[in-house]
Amino acid sequence: MSPVPVIAGAQPVCTTERPATRAGLIALTILLLAVLLLLPLVVVFVEAFAHGLGAVVEALVEPDAVAAIELTLIVAAVSVPLNTVCGVAAAWCIGRFRFPGRGLLITLIELPFSVSPVISGLVWVLLFGANGWLGPMLDRAGVRIIFALPGLILATVFVTFPFVARTLIPLMQEQGSTEEEAALTLGATGWQIFRRVTLPNIRWGLLYGVLLCNARAMGEFGAVAVVSGHVRGLTMTMPLQVEALFNDYDWVGAFTIAGLLSLLALVTLAVKAVLEWRVGRRGGALL
Amino acid sequence: MAGRTTWRSLAVKVEVFELRKAFGKTAALDGVSLSVASGEFLALLGPSGSGKTSLLRVLAGLDFVDSGRIEIGGRSMEGVAARERGVGFVFQHYALFRHMTVARNVAFGLEVRPRWQRPPAREIRDQVRSLLDLMGIGDLAGRYPEQISGGQRQRVALARALAIGPGLLLLDEPFGALDARVRKNLRGWLRDLHDRMGLTTIFVTHDQAEAMEMADRVAVLRAGRIEQVDSPDRLHARPANAFVHEFLGDVIRLECSVAQGRAHFDALPLSDIATTCPAGPAIALIRPYEIGLRPGPGPAQVLSLHANGPLRRVRLTLAGLAMEVLLPADAWCPAVGQSCTLDLSRARIYSPTFA
Repeated sequence: MSPVPVIAGAQPVCTTERPATRAGLIALTILLLAVLLLLPLVVVFVEAFAHGLGAVVEALVEPDAVAAIELTLIVAAVSVPLNTVCGVAAAWCIGRFRFPGRGLLITLIELPFSVSPVISGLVWVLLFGANGWLGPMLDRAGVRIIFALPGLILATVFVTFPFVARTLIPLMQEQGSTEEEAALTLGATGWQIFRRVTLPNIRWGLLYGVLLCNARAMGEFGAVAVVSGHVRGLTMTMPLQVEALFNDYDWVGAFTIAGLLSLLALVTLAVKAVLEWRVGRRGGALL
Repeated sequence: MAGRTTWRSLAVKVEVFELRKAFGKTAALDGVSLSVASGEFLALLGPSGSGKTSLLRVLAGLDFVDSGRIEIGGRSMEGVAARERGVGFVFQHYALFRHMTVARNVAFGLEVRPRWQRPPAREIRDQVRSLLDLMGIGDLAGRYPEQISGGQRQRVALARALAIGPGLLLLDEPFGALDARVRKNLRGWLRDLHDRMGLTTIFVTHDQAEAMEMADRVAVLRAGRIEQVDSPDRLHARPANAFVHEFLGDVIRLECSVAQGRAHFDALPLSDIATTCPAGPAIALIRPYEIGLRPGPGPAQVLSLHANGPLRRVRLTLAGLAMEVLLPADAWCPAVGQSCTLDLSRARIYSPTFA
């Protein structure tokens, strides 16, 4: 058998396809990526700037748009830290300990991934809505959850819960707990161990999970649409605002907000890529 | 070494009474009692699963016993958390903090002290430096654990454990992850360090040569019980039972039966051996270098000879049983194919309770 020639830095060639076949498959993949992913992104920005920069700025300072941006930021600012804390706690429990019900807990954490976002919104309506289980009681107490900020936050927290925990569980399982035990024998308190040993070891994974969580929190449509009530300037997040403007044939307005959301996604992706590169270089597994 | 810091700890006495701990149905510790004098270097030796690491973790406060009592330095450890025990622990795979430099690793135990017990930053720096110098790794202070070799990591782990000034040092398979050459060097070095620092050291190993070479006393464990605690000399001279005898080195095992204070080899034409074992079936254990070969027609047939430094390695068969005998170079030695008789007078006879 003749040795397979290996170009420095390249993977050894071990497929039997002809070069033409390979080139064809690669071209097809690139074409699909371009049509399905790149083209829509380009369209968003082209449409937003169809009437020039002035129209874009105008659409951005429009009071309803400003309100939507504010609301989105508030919802993300509450749900992301909440899910970060809960996610780290859950990952720590699951990654470090064996206890009865551990499997069930993992399944529960993943539940929001497997449930349709519409259902994720609907459960809150069923719980807190006017005809829901707790609705009348809350009504009497004068607390408004559905069609208000608390409902938006609840729906977002539910949908984005798995991101941080799912990123950290495999990481923490792989790292094991001997470093923490070492810190313990050296006299560190629980909080010191978390801050000086646990957190630095999971920081890249954690940041990655938080980024994904944030992207989803800002971009969530389905669950939020159900609990929002669509009151303009009050309960409209950016994705909902995009839909509303689009239905009003306000193309520039819709695509401007959409562009802003896409920009957020692009920044998230860029940061994620940098993180993966950093972690990869340090030889640690991220997921 | 800095003038002020002398790195001499106050060695403590360690006593444990009737420790029991079970994981599910398997007993990790099954009634372990042990007393370690202050300044002693004790090895916990046993096959994997014998409970040696469990005992170490229980002493450090990383695991808890179901029943029994632990005293370190005369103080009961009941309700004393791991972080308050002041026990140095070196983990099998070192468990160095991977995101900290060597110096920060070593400083950790001092930096996490409550404010009123914490030395000033300069003092911590000096102490870390003198400890690293003591370990012979002063030039590695700024490196990260992944940038240094296994033997160096071992020393960093030791320095980190010693930084808190422990009276008791616990080592879990300290050389397990190192290659043979490094291991050999570190043994002498570690024993030396123990003597200089005036520590009480307990270390876990499954390597009997390591235990015998380094320790003042060796505790041989099996299935959560201590079979024997003795000095290496006495362990060799008087193994408490067949398990200890077999675990401490290569042995040749022969079936025999005891009657009227003498062991007979039923199927083999060998001389009887006097014994105090009770009558009935028994086992004779003898080490390859304890067997003598005598001229004259006999039951053993020499297969091959191999001169190996001061010893000669003789492979022979005894009634279909292959065995290897080590002879001093000056002893009488048969030629290949020749038959001879065996002198088994140095064999020890055990009743098969511990078969």
